[in-house]
Amino acid sequence: MSEAATTPRLPDETGVPDPFLYMHPTMKKNYGNWDWHERLRPGVLHHTSKTGESIYTVRAGTQRQMDVYTIRKLCDIADEFADGHFRFTTRSNIEFMVADQSKIEPLVEKLTSEGFPVGGTGNSVSMISHTQGWLHCDIPGTDASGVVKKLMDMMYEEFIKEEMPNRVRITTSCCQVNCGGQGDIAINVQYTKPPKIDHDLVANVCERPAVVARCPVAAIRPAIVNGKPSLEVDEKKCICCGACYPPCPPMQINGDDSTKLAIWVGGKHSNARTKPTFHKLVVANLPNNPPHWPEVEAVVKKILYTYKDNARDWERMGEWIDRIGWPKFFELTDLAFTKHHLDDWTGARHNMNSSTHIRF
Amino acid sequence: MPSPDSSSKKNGNPSPKNGKSDGKQHPTPMLDELEGGPWPSFVTGLKRLRDSQDKQYAPMMNDLLGQLEHSYEKKLGFWKGGVVSVYGYGGGIIPRFSQVAEKFPESKEFHTLRVMPPAGFHYDTDIMRKICDIWEEFGSGLIAFHGQTGNIMFQGATTENTQKAFDALNKIGFDLGGAGPCMRTGMSCVGAARCEMSNYDEQRALRSIINEYLDEMHRPAMPYKFKFKFSGCPNDCVNSVQRADFAVIGTWRDDIKVNQDEVKAYVEKVGRKYMIDSVITNCPTRALSLNDDNTLDVDNQSCVRCMHCLNVMPKALSPGDDKGVTILIGGKRALKVGDLMGTVIVPFMKLESDEDYEKLTEFAGEVMEFFSENALEHERIGETIDRIGLPAFLDALEIDPDPNMVKHPRTSSYVRTDDFTEEAEKYFEKKKAKEAEEAKRVAAAE
Repeated sequence: MSEAATTPRLPDETGVPDPFLYMHPTMKKNYGNWDWHERLRPGVLHHTSKTGESIYTVRAGTQRQMDVYTIRKLCDIADEFADGHFRFTTRSNIEFMVADQSKIEPLVEKLTSEGFPVGGTGNSVSMISHTQGWLHCDIPGTDASGVVKKLMDMMYEEFIKEEMPNRVRITTSCCQVNCGGQGDIAINVQYTKPPKIDHDLVANVCERPAVVARCPVAAIRPAIVNGKPSLEVDEKKCICCGACYPPCPPMQINGDDSTKLAIWVGGKHSNARTKPTFHKLVVANLPNNPPHWPEVEAVVKKILYTYKDNARDWERMGEWIDRIGWPKFFELTDLAFTKHHLDDWTGARHNMNSSTHIRF
Repeated sequence: MPSPDSSSKKNGNPSPKNGKSDGKQHPTPMLDELEGGPWPSFVTGLKRLRDSQDKQYAPMMNDLLGQLEHSYEKKLGFWKGGVVSVYGYGGGIIPRFSQVAEKFPESKEFHTLRVMPPAGFHYDTDIMRKICDIWEEFGSGLIAFHGQTGNIMFQGATTENTQKAFDALNKIGFDLGGAGPCMRTGMSCVGAARCEMSNYDEQRALRSIINEYLDEMHRPAMPYKFKFKFSGCPNDCVNSVQRADFAVIGTWRDDIKVNQDEVKAYVEKVGRKYMIDSVITNCPTRALSLNDDNTLDVDNQSCVRCMHCLNVMPKALSPGDDKGVTILIGGKRALKVGDLMGTVIVPFMKLESDEDYEKLTEFAGEVMEFFSENALEHERIGETIDRIGLPAFLDALEIDPDPNMVKHPRTSSYVRTDDFTEEAEKYFEKKKAKEAEEAKRVAAAE
């Protein structure tokens, strides 16, 4: 063998690629010099630069996990109907940019006919930010792409229209690490049972002190079980968060029946009007029920349309609830308020009502 | 978008009875249910890959679909981690080994390469086709645009092909992102490339920081992960406050620019009542007032740059000219102490000149160095700040306390204040020095 074949190649440590190599020429030309924008219709943006040049953006939904055939189809569409460039948004929507307004309609028609919904702009329900789930993650309690597909089917009309009071950002997460992030509505796995420990494996697989240190409530301690070094969990203290599972897979947190889904509302990233907020629990213990997750779909639908029917223009989910109050929210959405909605974590008293501000 | 030929195949091939993969197609009745409906279906995409019989990945994707269907049936995941890397790097690959490889042997290794995209997620079709060709040759044909931290996720390579796929991608200008306890891949919004609300060069800031400290990304040696995110304005489209250890958000110090003719045109269009209800009274600091002649009065001293009025009237209102960034540190999700948002550490940093970007990059390095030296294992920097207190953190980084850092001053009297007078003197001295410096800057500018 030649030396080239036996010596491994050292990487070119090139870092983050330069976007100007791939950017639409009109965007490159007017970089940092944009003046204002308007939305010509749902899914279509028009930006004008200070020199008077225009760029039109057509935004479409994708499945995020894409096969090369889908990606090449998007490339074909970009070559034939756009200017050979596209970009993605942080919510996995694809954006085609054209400098010529007359290219918009054929592009929209082509995307629609190929099954890519045009929308996700303005006060719409954009694509769900999601995680990997059963397809690829090592700790998931549910699938991500499947739940998202079902929910986006249900909310399709709200993606292609701009009829919400304000934008709606939905997220899903397949475990309590919550990689999907904060959302107006968040659908997250919620474990309901302490981990089941495979004591035969712990000693070989897990660094026990690290696992003990990982527990937020100090419920894990080293133990000898069946003559082998292992771990035990104080199940009265355990909050079923799953933090011990990634560093120690024998601490099996998932169960086919015990892994449930919870829905949270009122998370917001933007600083617009109100400061950013975290989402809050509204319902837990929904069954993890593939492939349709009907119980989850029903609750999300109820919350979404209650918001749509009741919120004022520009109120995000959390701001709407701030105005009407939590009692009204639970009443309007037919959801139960339980002891589990009362935060008991560090700093929880700051979340309680310390006033006589009560709506009757 | 169900493909008719894939559904006919699924009916034609019953499940192998012994559970062993013998090249036959696994039935996927539950996943098939996710092919109908108007939203693009990932299942249809996976089946296209499975049905590409002339491609090396077809058997792998058949077994991958089989394992995914198995997960849907059992309601459990069946992947475990391990150790896979490429030569010269310690991270960037997410190893996945199947726990049910005896049933689905072709997808027993299904690793992900986390690859950093061009800042702002810009592509042209030429580079995208090259990416597809490489992944068709060495991977599964399945790519996610993008993961939650902002990587292109090339999902599904065997251990052997991981190096080959990386080499090919690296040769066309792509590099691995972060995985494990290290500086992670950064993310920036579209920003200056298309948005009039942009207040700095987001992609430049991202590339300046990440590319300066690549060693911290490619050879994981930190206590835990460290994430940077870059938003051009306080709309924070990359969700940095809650998700980034180091959030860089564009803002401006001078007045909102008002085009009064456009304001009048807007009021004409929507009416005074809507204007008052939706714009004026939505201002969080009561900084807006609608004049009798339908022009807008802005109390810029009270404005907190929340963006609402600019968002509603982008043609009439624009950010000012004295632009820069606010930096918040310590955002993260649940593990371990609970959710934390970032805290304002730098209320304003000018970001225009080369020196400004160098200063930002240096500061990012100092914060990461502090994190590496002081955080406990598996502790995010927000948790470190919680543990040691903000005063100790500021002291270590030699940053002066600033009222912009707090919602309000402390309410607890449990504090020792015997050096309060000296601290107050320092505050006034620094204030004086700052004012002198500002006067010099203004004089120089004039």
